[in-house]
Amino acid sequence: MSSSRVVIIGAGPAGTRAAETLVAAGLKPVVVDEAPRSGGQIYRRQPPGFGRSLKKLYGFEAGKAARLHDAFDRLQDKVDYRPGTMVWGTEGHNLHLADRDGRQDVIGFDALILATGAVDRIVPFEGWTMPGVYTLGGAQIALKYQACLIGRNVALVGSGPLLYLVAYQYRRAGGNLAGIFDTTPLSRELAGLPRMAANPANTAKGLYYFAWLAAHGVPMLHDVSPLRAEGEGRVARLVLRDRAGRERTFACDAIATGYHVQSETQLADLLGCDFAFDARAGQWLPRQDEMGRSSVDGVYLAGDGASVRGADTAEATGALAALACLQDQGMPFDAAVRNQALQAMRRGSAFAAALRDAFPFPEHLYENIADTTLLCRCEEVSVGTFRATLRDKGAGEVNRAKAFCRVGMGRCQGRMCGASAARIAAQTLGVELAAVGRLRGQAPVKPLPTALQTEAGE
Amino acid sequence: MDEQSLFLRVAEQDREIVPFFVNGRPATALSGDTVLTALLTHDHEVRLSEILEQPRAGFCLMGACQDCWIWTEDGKRVRACSTMIEPDMRLRTRSPFNGARPE
Ligand SMILES: Cc1cc2nc3c(=O)[nH]c(=O)nc-3n(C[C@H](O)[C@H](O)[C@H](O)COP(=O)(O)OP(=O)(O)OC[C@H]3O[C@@H](n4cnc5c(N)ncnc54)[C@H](O)[C@@H]3O)c2cc1C
Ligand code: FES
Repeated sequence: MSSSRVVIIGAGPAGTRAAETLVAAGLKPVVVDEAPRSGGQIYRRQPPGFGRSLKKLYGFEAGKAARLHDAFDRLQDKVDYRPGTMVWGTEGHNLHLADRDGRQDVIGFDALILATGAVDRIVPFEGWTMPGVYTLGGAQIALKYQACLIGRNVALVGSGPLLYLVAYQYRRAGGNLAGIFDTTPLSRELAGLPRMAANPANTAKGLYYFAWLAAHGVPMLHDVSPLRAEGEGRVARLVLRDRAGRERTFACDAIATGYHVQSETQLADLLGCDFAFDARAGQWLPRQDEMGRSSVDGVYLAGDGASVRGADTAEATGALAALACLQDQGMPFDAAVRNQALQAMRRGSAFAAALRDAFPFPEHLYENIADTTLLCRCEEVSVGTFRATLRDKGAGEVNRAKAFCRVGMGRCQGRMCGASAARIAAQTLGVELAAVGRLRGQAPVKPLPTALQTEAGE
Repeated sequence: MDEQSLFLRVAEQDREIVPFFVNGRPATALSGDTVLTALLTHDHEVRLSEILEQPRAGFCLMGACQDCWIWTEDGKRVRACSTMIEPDMRLRTRSPFNGARPE
């Protein structure tokens, strides 16, 4: 069956290793990625004409970045690479593609590997839509991809490993930091350390950033609740409640915020994959076996899009998904390679679980979010309107609520508000998080320029 | 870089200069800038939200939030964080269709 067409969506760590594994077996997969160059999020490449070294861009990760970029570049004429191309919909075994100018294409697949990565998870606070507030990932992209800082005096608020990493990268680039405001109690992070020994190198890096930032006098508070961003048309202050319950105000001209990342699962949803609620991730994820087989024949899952376990594990699961695909097509594969990747995947999963427990999602913040805070930044629906919809209209789950008040119906398809909508719904209705369901994916998974044109012309 | 800019360049500043227009006024960017970077190194907003008409300046920078769609003068839509600036691009931060506000 060597003539079968395998398509990989995503050219990050997972997609790259999947492509490499298929090419090694003699296949020529199609690789589609929305980004203009391969690398994915963590190893995102700067545009042509930029000159910073890999060391400067990726720090401790420079070696891995170089190896991953080289691996992809070596595949040049052995894959059908479609950069700058988004997969926006699916229909049976066909994928709908659009390039930047809105030019459309449809390609069929016999097997499909989804390696679509993750996006920041957000908890809204009053003023979070104001110019100057960005995701932690966005703040990092500004620096890595554009050699810019999001502001001259940046406050970072949230939880998770990216909080300290981005702070470190900003300070190293000469940025002023108004402070690092962690919603997790320090004791909780320290209690997580022994289990994180599953990956001593990553744990050591985390501790290094922390110690370096402390040594450089960056203000750090733990166990805080962000209350609001203030300013006239742009951010001028961050107000938060500290662990003693006092309201405190910090001057800043930009805020980077985020709470770990969440899997991009919209395409798996369109393809009809079964989902299950993952309590630790606090998210509905497509069901998969250890090799990344989804519930749908011929559809495989890899990388952070399947379950957030970091870049190293993404490489392993990319290879595994490709091996599963070869196995299912009756093609030979190296069992030793598979066993090695399986081991790496299991180690990575253990470390990811420990990280989740050390930096838990701050469910408690939702109890105190004011009704006036915007929940959905696309449709501009407030937390209060959403709560009232749940209480008064008998919407027992998030898709009903969406139909009533448009939360999650906007252009981002709930990427920015979905996690919050589910938690607010669970709290308001007094039920378990899993009981309020999940926002269903819809095509197009991201807006097409042409569709927006019509929308605006109406 | 203007005082009122949101973004601050910290490296890679000897790239080629790219002239463009925003709301009819000439401005400059650097080759390799996204449209979002080109705008936010001069100003602190790129568009108004559709309903409350509040200023927005993007959020995720990775094509996820969709809060950075702006216009070209000929009515095309561009997602500012994932579109590269091009010489003589003519950008609008307000809709050329409905809801257009005086500049
Ligand atoms: C903004 C951000 C910053 C991060 N920074 C770090 C970091 O500094 N250090 C760290 O250890 N981890 C970081 N992470 C986590 C890290 O991204 C992952 O562990 C790693 O990149 C996962 O690799 P992946 O191959 O699964 O996905 P990714 O690297 O995210 O690659 C997914 C690719 O799929 C493409 N794609 C997605 N959907 C579509 C579609 N519909 N059509 C076409 N293409 C599509 C994307 O363009 C992307 O290139 C970050 C995550 C995010 C979201
Ligand atoms: S800033 Fe989020 S899509 Fe452009």
